[in-house]
Amino acid sequence: MHDKTLTELAAGLAAGEFTSRELTEHLLARIERLDGTLNSFITVTAEQALAAADAADAARARGEAGALTGVPVAIKDLFCTEGVLTTAGSRMLADFVSPYDATVVERLKAAGTVSLGKLNLDEFAMGSSNENSAFGAVKNPWDSRAVPGGSSGGSAAAVAAGLAPAAMGTDTGGSIRQPAAFCGITGLKPTYGRVSRWGIIAYASSLDQAGPMARSAADCALLMNAIAGHDHRDSTSVARGVPDYTEELAAPLAGLKIGLPREYFGDGLAPEVEAAVREAVKVYESLGATVREVSLPHTHYAIPAYYVIAPAEASSNLSRYDGVRFGHRCKNPSDLIDLYKRSRAEGFGEEVKRRILIGTHTLSEGFFDAYYKKAQQVRRLIRQDFLDAFEEVDVLMGPASPTPAFDLGANKDPVAMYLQDIYTIAVNLAGIPGISVPAGFAGGRPVGLQILGTHFAEPRLLNVAHQFQQATDWHLRRPELAEETA
Amino acid sequence: MQWETVIGLEVHVQLATRSKIFSGASTAFGAEPNTQACAVDLGLPGVLPVLNEQAVAMAVQFGLAIHAEIPEVSVFDRKNYFYPDLPKGYQTSQMYHPIVGPGEVEITLEDGSTRTIRVHHAHLEEDAGKSLHESFSDGMGHAMTGIDLNRAGTPLLEIVSEPDMRSAKEAAAYLKAIHSIVTYLGISDGNMAEGSMRCDVNVSVRPRGQETFGTRAEIKNVNSFRFVERAIEFEVERQIELIEDGGEVVQETRLYDPERDETRSMRTKEEANDYRYFPCPDLLPVVLDGAYVDHLRETLPELPADKRARFQDGLGLSAYDAGVLSASREMAEYFEAVKDACGDAKQAANWVQGELSGALNREGLAIGDSPVSARQLGELITRVMDDTINGKAAKQVFQALWNGQGESADAVIEAKGLKQVTDTAAIEAMIDQVIADSPAQVAQYRDAEPDKRGKMIGYFVGQVMKASRGTANPQQVNALLKEKLDALC
Repeated sequence: MHDKTLTELAAGLAAGEFTSRELTEHLLARIERLDGTLNSFITVTAEQALAAADAADAARARGEAGALTGVPVAIKDLFCTEGVLTTAGSRMLADFVSPYDATVVERLKAAGTVSLGKLNLDEFAMGSSNENSAFGAVKNPWDSRAVPGGSSGGSAAAVAAGLAPAAMGTDTGGSIRQPAAFCGITGLKPTYGRVSRWGIIAYASSLDQAGPMARSAADCALLMNAIAGHDHRDSTSVARGVPDYTEELAAPLAGLKIGLPREYFGDGLAPEVEAAVREAVKVYESLGATVREVSLPHTHYAIPAYYVIAPAEASSNLSRYDGVRFGHRCKNPSDLIDLYKRSRAEGFGEEVKRRILIGTHTLSEGFFDAYYKKAQQVRRLIRQDFLDAFEEVDVLMGPASPTPAFDLGANKDPVAMYLQDIYTIAVNLAGIPGISVPAGFAGGRPVGLQILGTHFAEPRLLNVAHQFQQATDWHLRRPELAEETA
Repeated sequence: MQWETVIGLEVHVQLATRSKIFSGASTAFGAEPNTQACAVDLGLPGVLPVLNEQAVAMAVQFGLAIHAEIPEVSVFDRKNYFYPDLPKGYQTSQMYHPIVGPGEVEITLEDGSTRTIRVHHAHLEEDAGKSLHESFSDGMGHAMTGIDLNRAGTPLLEIVSEPDMRSAKEAAAYLKAIHSIVTYLGISDGNMAEGSMRCDVNVSVRPRGQETFGTRAEIKNVNSFRFVERAIEFEVERQIELIEDGGEVVQETRLYDPERDETRSMRTKEEANDYRYFPCPDLLPVVLDGAYVDHLRETLPELPADKRARFQDGLGLSAYDAGVLSASREMAEYFEAVKDACGDAKQAANWVQGELSGALNREGLAIGDSPVSARQLGELITRVMDDTINGKAAKQVFQALWNGQGESADAVIEAKGLKQVTDTAAIEAMIDQVIADSPAQVAQYRDAEPDKRGKMIGYFVGQVMKASRGTANPQQVNALLKEKLDALC
């Protein structure tokens, strides 16, 4: 059961092959057995999950089931969940129980899905390896020496390991696509504004976007149907009609114009990763697509621009964690300043502190123009690069990450770690959607093909990804977990 | 040396929206602490602001009322600093692109002269909560600070003037003019005691004739017209003394203490925060289309300056009366209702400023709380004008209405029998009786020189009025008495 896609599970539930309770019990047992070493969950909500499963089965018995009724999912622990621990992977919020649900969580509940629990992540979504979690690193199900990627590392690992058929992630600079690539699953970062940010603990507000992580593009389409759409509580969510994301999946690709950005195949790209991506492109050619090289000339400025804008917003977004109203408070503060200093020093991890410092510095008087303003100008140029490219081609393709998953502890230098996100970060700066799909292996570790489209082109991206998955079986490969073989 | 004072004001006006500027929580004053703070106001993880459209409309109305530029695009910025009553660690405000551009406000001084004070801009922002330092302890005798976040997120319009004022009186007049505009527009209740209007005062002095400004001190959070004047007067004197003693004014933030009537240093420039302003990524820029602004312009109510002009030119009131009666929207509305009820602007003006204002002042009531309604007062004036009652009886009727002893002037007149007696025969009968009862006074009158008799008639008038319980028409009594007494001579 745990090897099935969300689409298959939904069909199985609809056909009465199994109940939501049976499915949920099976997955909870699997989590219990396997997650001790994997560490993908921070909180397992077994009781609530079983209650939700029973409610879903009862709804189905009454003939009130929707497409996702009774389907289990798991949620990155960055989404607020009413009455459930919501930690953001931080010591700061280790005891924080949210009094309300994020819009995404609310919509998933309304669709009848069953939440299995909250997934591990880099603290406040800051990281590319999931090593920055206050709740310990997550292991890559394909190789326990490897990282699962980040920041939605727990989400990717749980789906890859068959602990949950799908998970919710967030992507600020690649946090859905890179871990999806590292763990061999499919992850979609929607257009900025397509999915509500209400209730998602903010890292960098102008870049954060929630999206589905699952076993196939079709699974992601089903989940998008549940979570996408305008939300009056998020002023940056776009008031625009929501299509049925499954509708275009089957459209043929003949005539599809694919662009390969020259800058995405340069220095630092692992040869095996490049080979896998070029193989994938050949598959598309066999499906009737045409391929040409394009240029995104400002690509190299994306990482510096991102590491000005994201920390600036983060430094402000994280000011509310001051030990006054909620979250970690230091013991016996001597005065107000001591309360602030020690609560924040104790509550935040090293990478979070680093980004708060960077952001505080770049917004400071005398530096604002040189850093923040300049970065915003670069951001506009990067966006324009994409818009120009999409005048010529329908989609862009390239690697999701320059390397396959690296070893735990291998990237000690923060800047080297930042450079991991070279192919994903510009997408967030431009606000466009991107999807990562499994496209082979390098040294036994999965490789992700990244497909990019223009704003609100999610139906097209899902179609292009789905057609690849009809022609290949990379997305059906499953890791052999050590505990299972033992 | 002759010194000149230079003053600029930053006035914070609490807008009378039903809900907060970025959340749906109520803005009502006086609720139990923290009962009117929702997840957004508390700054919980994951919450987002949504701009209150009513606050935008009110800000634009203010801009239109001061003939300001209304930029097409305005942007919210975050002002970052840590304070326990600032839940998010930043205040959402407008630093670089405010909603209201440059405009001007006309002020009227006590001598009736007017001046124009330029407004630099006005911007929208959210208020912080309140820190309560009194009466909290942890049970072991340690003092604690309480935080009430009911006020957090209340919409404020901060109106920043140019340094155009030259005296404490001008500053107070400017504050009154702002108060008058916002209450006319109905965008604020203007209640200074509840903090609906507060201001920061920038004060400096310079030798008369000098172009450049002196170093200024900012006096924070002054919350009454009187305190503004007193704080400025104290501060000006302090600065002049300091300079004359060879010292230098330092740029700093000061607090006015009304109890000791002095300003005290709060923090110097060196201790000032770097607020790290940047555009709030959770809010889109506010884009106002021309049709929206035009609609607000067309629906603006008549403003104080226009009203004053109409009272003076259209109704023929004196400049002074027009000024007093247009000073607040409530006063103007009351006056106009009285005028409409009695049909005579001058009579209405006299009564509102005379009998009514006197009574209100005695009891410390605002015009909105007057026990005598405008309709009642208008009817009373009508009854004076149509000779139903005389002036003396009118005061009695007013007092009765004030005390709630009757629904209307007519009812009081009826109940108290105050209707004026104008029947000549009835008055003559009373006169005859008084003459018959006062032989000594009649003899005196008869013996007096004719030019002294005029004064002596007062006694007889008094007796007749007394006999009529005040209801006889005094002019008739006078005329008839003179006739009858002279006939006896």
